[in-house]
Amino acid sequence: MVSKVKIKINDLYKIFGPKGESHVEKVKSGMGKPELLEKHSHVLGLQNINLDIIEGKIQVIMGLSGSGKSTLIRHINRLIEPTAGQIYIDDVDVLAMSDEELMNFRRFKASMVFQKFALLPHRTVLANTIYGLTMQGVEVKDAEERAAHWLKRVGLDGFEDRYPAQLSGGMQQRVGLARALATDADILLMDEAFSALDPLIRSDMQGILLELQEELHKTIVFITHDLDEALRIGDDIAILRDGRLVQQGSSQDIVLNPADDYVADFIKDINRSRVLTVGTLPLKKVSSKGITLSNDTSLEDAMKALVEAKKDSVTVVKGDEKLGSISMYDIVHAATRSSETAGEAVTYR
Amino acid sequence: MSLIDWNKLTITEPPVLPRELLRNFKKGIDGAFRDFSRSYGEALENFFNPLLMFLKWFQDLLVSTPWPIILLIIGGLSWIGSRSWKMSLGAVLAFVAIGWMDMWEDTMATLAIVSVATLLCIAIGIPIGIWMSRSDRAQRIITPVLDVMQTIPSFVYLIPVVMLLGIGKVPGLLAVMIYASPPIIRLTNLGIRLVDAEVLEAADAFGSNYRQKLFQVQIPLALPNIFAGVNQTIMMSLSMVVIAAMIGVPGLGVPVLRAVSNQYLALGLMNGLAIVAIAIIFDRVSQAYGKRLQKHREGDHGV
Repeated sequence: MVSKVKIKINDLYKIFGPKGESHVEKVKSGMGKPELLEKHSHVLGLQNINLDIIEGKIQVIMGLSGSGKSTLIRHINRLIEPTAGQIYIDDVDVLAMSDEELMNFRRFKASMVFQKFALLPHRTVLANTIYGLTMQGVEVKDAEERAAHWLKRVGLDGFEDRYPAQLSGGMQQRVGLARALATDADILLMDEAFSALDPLIRSDMQGILLELQEELHKTIVFITHDLDEALRIGDDIAILRDGRLVQQGSSQDIVLNPADDYVADFIKDINRSRVLTVGTLPLKKVSSKGITLSNDTSLEDAMKALVEAKKDSVTVVKGDEKLGSISMYDIVHAATRSSETAGEAVTYR
Repeated sequence: MSLIDWNKLTITEPPVLPRELLRNFKKGIDGAFRDFSRSYGEALENFFNPLLMFLKWFQDLLVSTPWPIILLIIGGLSWIGSRSWKMSLGAVLAFVAIGWMDMWEDTMATLAIVSVATLLCIAIGIPIGIWMSRSDRAQRIITPVLDVMQTIPSFVYLIPVVMLLGIGKVPGLLAVMIYASPPIIRLTNLGIRLVDAEVLEAADAFGSNYRQKLFQVQIPLALPNIFAGVNQTIMMSLSMVVIAAMIGVPGLGVPVLRAVSNQYLALGLMNGLAIVAIAIIFDRVSQAYGKRLQKHREGDHGV
């Protein structure tokens, strides 16, 4: 299947300050964030961002606070204007849009979920959910029907007439999600949408999002600073540091081959055996001993299966094809190895 | 000619304009304004004539309406505002007491001017407040003007108003409005500026245009502050009633003035207390209404 690029970001630069444009060249020729701030009192937001976001996938953008991730997501619907660069969505140049085109783009093509929910406190849950639809010009009655459907999907039926302040944080964010889904936009921008929620509720919301995505196949751009969240929901992950993309790839790529110390630091504490799959390990030639597992089995599940079967070798298959074998010893080794050495020994899939 | 009277300058006396120059300066301003009021006074009076007619009509309406109906309206409005039997009953009893003490007609006149002044302040103040919240430059220019309006002694701006329009209801109304409109302007501006930036961003992200943002997000969210401004405006226009009486506005201020010049303690006290009673009723009812408006903001998780 050929994957189509939905959102294409080329050479994007953002420099905050009154004369941002005049400093782009300096940044391009290597001036860093501290120097720019000190010498020209401009803040470097983003530099040299090139990112292709695939249609129907969840693209996670990860980074610490101040790394520019919220700035980046706001460029996609132009809540922030770039200083230099191009953004194409479905091959349409977003930056060339007139005010009216941009307004329609925001109404119909891209909706957004916010970290602090950003609900209207004076409106009921239902009235909040129809907000985007009324902006599209949908009749209130029709909009309310569609909104009620989405509220049900996020598990909020019966709460239509409550006010946001009467709901818990998790429920408020469900309203935010329903409001964004109700517009039927094919791009969903989620800015640290679950970061303000406590861990159990967060995991709950991740589950809801993944479940919905399975049938909706929207293009989702998801910002987070939480690696576990990124690994759980991201098809692709991009890591930002000081406004620059330091690495992009699948979760396996990131865990196996961290591009620098910053990324390595990020993945230091994650549960490797849950992220890595047996297919990503270096395999020896096929031997018929032991059990047979699919190549996308996680190391954790593989170890469990081996222990239960009281065997110590796995034959890895992809469909009907036998890829090779691997021993219990290798699996445990890969699962427990420190991140510093992981990149050297293990190759890309 | 020197701009400083050097003969007068000592270590204890600051530099001062020469006497003649200062006199000419004041004369010049007085003369210019007198000329201005001679040539435009009548036009201005005509301009404000509809307002005068309306004020007169409204006051006559209040005075000629049978008192039981007024009491019903007072009680009804209090109920609509506060949803409290106690408050509505208190308001009605206060007005019965006012009537009983023979202050009914003056009270109706005061109610008329205060209502009209408040409505005009809202009609003018909210748009100015919105404009101020939109533009930092407007805010920079208007804020000092509001400062002057609130702090300059009312008698000072009564002089040009009376020179232009003579004495009567309209100049009185203007004086009340100059004093009472700043809070509604300030609080509208403040309320809109305090609207949560993320909510505004959400409105933008869903493609709201300028009007949709203003009427569906900013004004509703600023409403508690705007309402506090309305409340302040009502209170301040009530407090101007006595000063307005000095330039011929009928109402509870007139007997107070008479009491001051003749040392009638009881008369002054009674009319003063009537003003207080009206103020308390207006304040409590409007505050209760404002609170009810934003009840949903309180996070009661219960059913």
